[in-house]
Amino acid sequence: MERQRMKFTFPPDLVTQPVIYNMGKQFHVVTNIRRANVSRDRGWMILEISGGEAEIQRAIQWAKEQGVRVDPIEGDIVAG
Amino acid sequence: MRYVNGLECRECGQAYPAEPIHVCEMCFGPLEVAYDYDAIGNAISRETIARGPHSLWRYKPLLPIEGDRIVDSQAGFTPLVRAHNLGRALGLRNLFVKNDTVNPTFSFKDRPVSIASTKAVEFGFDTLACASTGNLAGSVAAHAAKAGLRACIFIPADLEPSKVVAAQAYGPTIVAVDGNYDDVNRVCSEIADRHRWAFVNINLRPYYSEGSKTLAYEVAEQLGWRAPDHVVVPIASGSLFTKVWKGFRELAKLGLVPGVTTRMTGAQALGCSPVVTAFDAQTLTVEPVKPKTIAKSLAIGNPADGYYSLRIMKESGGVACAVDDGEVVEGIKLLARTEGIFAETAGGVVVGVLKKLAASGQIDPDELVVAYVTGNGLKTQEALAGALIEPIYARPSLRAIEEALALEAPATASVA
Repeated sequence: MERQRMKFTFPPDLVTQPVIYNMGKQFHVVTNIRRANVSRDRGWMILEISGGEAEIQRAIQWAKEQGVRVDPIEGDIVAG
Repeated sequence: MRYVNGLECRECGQAYPAEPIHVCEMCFGPLEVAYDYDAIGNAISRETIARGPHSLWRYKPLLPIEGDRIVDSQAGFTPLVRAHNLGRALGLRNLFVKNDTVNPTFSFKDRPVSIASTKAVEFGFDTLACASTGNLAGSVAAHAAKAGLRACIFIPADLEPSKVVAAQAYGPTIVAVDGNYDDVNRVCSEIADRHRWAFVNINLRPYYSEGSKTLAYEVAEQLGWRAPDHVVVPIASGSLFTKVWKGFRELAKLGLVPGVTTRMTGAQALGCSPVVTAFDAQTLTVEPVKPKTIAKSLAIGNPADGYYSLRIMKESGGVACAVDDGEVVEGIKLLARTEGIFAETAGGVVVGVLKKLAASGQIDPDELVVAYVTGNGLKTQEALAGALIEPIYARPSLRAIEEALALEAPATASVA
């Protein structure tokens, strides 16, 4: 059982979509939202995703394909 | 004497012991070092600091170090230059430049890495690591060498070879990751999670970032123990920006400066300006961007401390401002030609922003302004390609050189 802590950033057209619900329905992963901020035209969410390693990767890949930006919770680590 | 109470979540306030951790287990917020300021206040004064070493270690009680062994590269205590010439060019009568180009590996990164490498030794790590495309790599490799630690530097595989030489010289292991920037970013976060390595800006981040506070302490001390009216600080992750503010506020809390009314202004390159975009939109939500700028040391598209930087701007009355790559090059040239300081592209960003804000009246001509110049121009020489005055080529004869320079022979030339 793997656990990954991620930041999801939603573009305006996804703000009203049940993305996290759909991800949980389509993949065998558990999503645990710890912090979030959603407004009319933007939103972000800090969450933990647990499940099999490959299944987590598939779920994240699916989220990216929907238009979600997925980042490590640390932000950009590669420094200049 | 212990001055560190532990770590504290910046979001929910949950307390943790001072360990190599960086994320709150409750809310996944970033952790910050919490100090016992009463104990620090009893231990330091302007006089004890003045008797300290000519390096950032003169502020040791204000840094999260608990042991006696420090990894000392003599970083810090860099010049604060009264910039009369640049000030005249910009119409600013009270301008200073904090010249951090002269650190041991030629950038301000030696400050946070001094702290991170010291903590890595304290915590008993054997490997110091980072993911970097430039300044951080060199600093981590150098400090690991000094500390006797193994260094492991992660870079994107397509990085130009010239960028890594400055780190290679110190003998680190360099891993060129076959993937794009986002892949390197993600994989390093995962490595830090699984392996017991000291990743300076991941699991040691709460300690690492504290090193940047010394850029506030030094400026205040060099100004005769006062905080400036206005500072211009480059923003990449936003960590430096938040720590300069924290540094000034700590000095006020300890009574070392009378008070802090410093306006905190952030500078970004237009090709990677998510914080400026959020500031202009009057929101605290930073939308990540894909960087595209010559200011590579500021090219952080998803800045971890962007939100906190925006809050500080709002609280302090500062602004966020961006300049394009052409203005960055002009900024580098202007600083070099007026003050004799050759800065890397981040310095060009700061000078460009300074110029823009002075011209638009957002900096008052009489404000005491400090511009933070954080890295050396020798690191980003390619940015100036085609933008400098070409040499004059001449044959090795007096006449040829006089002709080339349009010099007239003196009327009373004498032969010795």
